[in-house]
Amino acid sequence: MVYIEFLGPINKETLNLDVNSLDEVAIKLQNDSEIVEWLEKSAIAVNDEIVFDKKMKLKDGDRISILPPVCGG
Amino acid sequence: MEIYETSLNVPKIIEQWYLETQNSNYGAFIPFIGTVRSEDNIDGLSFDIYEPILRKWFQKWENIAKERGAIVKMAHSKGDVLLHESSYISAVFSPKRRVALELIDEFVEDFKANAPIWKYDLIDGKRIYAENRSHKISGSGLLHL
Repeated sequence: MVYIEFLGPINKETLNLDVNSLDEVAIKLQNDSEIVEWLEKSAIAVNDEIVFDKKMKLKDGDRISILPPVCGG
Repeated sequence: MEIYETSLNVPKIIEQWYLETQNSNYGAFIPFIGTVRSEDNIDGLSFDIYEPILRKWFQKWENIAKERGAIVKMAHSKGDVLLHESSYISAVFSPKRRVALELIDEFVEDFKANAPIWKYDLIDGKRIYAENRSHKISGSGLLHL
């Protein structure tokens, strides 16, 4: 089981998914049209590291964060 | 790096950073102080911060500064900050001015582009995501099919 958390303005509770890779997360999240809108413009972190490889394997307990566009300052 | 749940007390923070570094032989101290401006009928701004990734982002900049013989500091507010108050201060200290001038520019620009902080306009008691002023973090769209 991995945990998907939505940060900042994305108003969604954490999801638990039974998946083995980021590819599979992407496929599962397509079912929710509200989330799909955010995915195009959001960065992804696994266990608080921003990642760039969609084929990345996941292990039980991993935390995936969805980071929408930012504006500090 | 300092996170405050209020607006920033600018004189106090600048004084504290000055006193901390006064005897460290830095020839240049360049602060950047961000103040909430009155525009588009806002009453202020509000911020969400994701601290675990912000701390890693800041550590990366501490390392970049160290390689150049400099140090960086930063303070940011979370929650509401009203007009003409400060929500963000960053600073660079270095032996020579040129390193500090270049580093403050790179540091503040990368902060704007990649630090995991979300801004909202406060208008009529509502908190509205400032999406059109926000920037996609490097690597965004990874899970978009």
